[in-house]
Amino acid sequence: MSIFEYNGSALVAMVGKNCFAIASDRRLGVQLQTIATDFQRISKIHDRLFVGLSGLATDAQTLYQRFVFRHKLYQLREERDMKPETFASLVSAILYEKRFGPYLCQPVIAGLSDEDKPFICTMDSIGAKELAKDFVVAGTASESLYGACEAMFKPDMEPEELFETISQALLSSVDRDCLSGWGGHVYVVTPTEIKERILKGRMD
Amino acid sequence: MKLDTSGLESTGVLFETGSELVAGFSSAPSFAVPITNDFDGFQKESIQMVKPAKGTTTLAFIFKEGVMVAADSRASMGGYISSQSVKKIIEINPYMLGTMAGGAADCQFWHRNLGIKCRLHELANKRRISVTGASKLLANILYSYRGMGLSVGTMIAGWDETGPGLYYVDSEGGRLKGTRFSVGSGSPYAYGVLDSGYRYDMSVEEAAELARRSIYHATFRDGASGGVASVYYVGPNGWKKLSGDDVGELHYKYYPITSSSTEQEMGEVAE
Repeated sequence: MSIFEYNGSALVAMVGKNCFAIASDRRLGVQLQTIATDFQRISKIHDRLFVGLSGLATDAQTLYQRFVFRHKLYQLREERDMKPETFASLVSAILYEKRFGPYLCQPVIAGLSDEDKPFICTMDSIGAKELAKDFVVAGTASESLYGACEAMFKPDMEPEELFETISQALLSSVDRDCLSGWGGHVYVVTPTEIKERILKGRMD
Repeated sequence: MKLDTSGLESTGVLFETGSELVAGFSSAPSFAVPITNDFDGFQKESIQMVKPAKGTTTLAFIFKEGVMVAADSRASMGGYISSQSVKKIIEINPYMLGTMAGGAADCQFWHRNLGIKCRLHELANKRRISVTGASKLLANILYSYRGMGLSVGTMIAGWDETGPGLYYVDSEGGRLKGTRFSVGSGSPYAYGVLDSGYRYDMSVEEAAELARRSIYHATFRDGASGGVASVYYVGPNGWKKLSGDDVGELHYKYYPITSSSTEQEMGEVAE
């Protein structure tokens, strides 16, 4: 079994009309044993920038702390928040620093630019950026997420429809994966507000 | 080369082998063994090819009124859930049940085979086979295939002339008599609930609820168990299915209020 499947995770981000959504499952397990059902994989970097870290939970937490640290240094020097594209490059650089002993995580980055243009991107564990115009997925349920998103995604959705779509895609995907699920966590970000919702899901 | 297991037949030859009536039933099935110099290596490879569906929770226990049998319904291959509606409790005859853990095909085939043997025993002896006898029939067959890659972990539960009966039988050749068993990847969790809640003098309702709750808690903690928690009861008048509850709904029935606050968060860097 791969170390990326040790804790289990499901992560997805979608683009809408001047908005984006990012969602994850809530399980933290040790292989097949479920340890916690309130684990957070998605974190806020600033009001319009979120990062989700699939894969090994310990590295996800360490990486998150390093991202926050580097973003705070940037804020002090530049007196502004980082653009999503810049942050993606920073994440990529931090990951490649450990080219021969990588962090065992696959990040998903989602943000809104100053012009309210949504940005989503994913990476492998050593920082190869993969930009997408529609949706990105990661984690142990990634195969089923690809299927669900491919079938359900429509371009230029409004925030309400985007929330419904990403939630349905997440919940139906994790029902086909032993290692993720146990509820969901969704953020929908528009230029004016952040909507955070906890999803009820099958607890098996 | 064929593996001949007819010597292990405990029912003996009932009819002449030429009889049309029982052609194909009277002898134990024998399977062709591959012609190869590296039998173990071949076995290893072929087991990988037909990866057995693993990950299950099944349980059975004897109490005052009879035997309670329960199981989940998930079939998984690695991390992928291939089905949420598998019948893991196999009805051998109206008075006997078998449970399924390990390889799905192996369990289904050998339980069906056991069903045939039990019926033939009934016709030959004009009375139903005992649970002891039936479980021994299965254990002997499984032992004859020991080391050849069969994967079976089963409980044979039923009611016979001596009252309720329960045996654990596996493909390693083990056969144990007992009052409380659980088999599968979720069994440690099921045992936890079952052992703490078990009393011999339970009513049928109490026992059914204990069985259902044990399966539910196993599906919650074990990633490879889930789907529907079905509960069967075997009494003096044969078996009866008592319930089949979707675990997805059962969770919110046991725990109606879910707090929306997150107890665990990624620590602030300043901490």
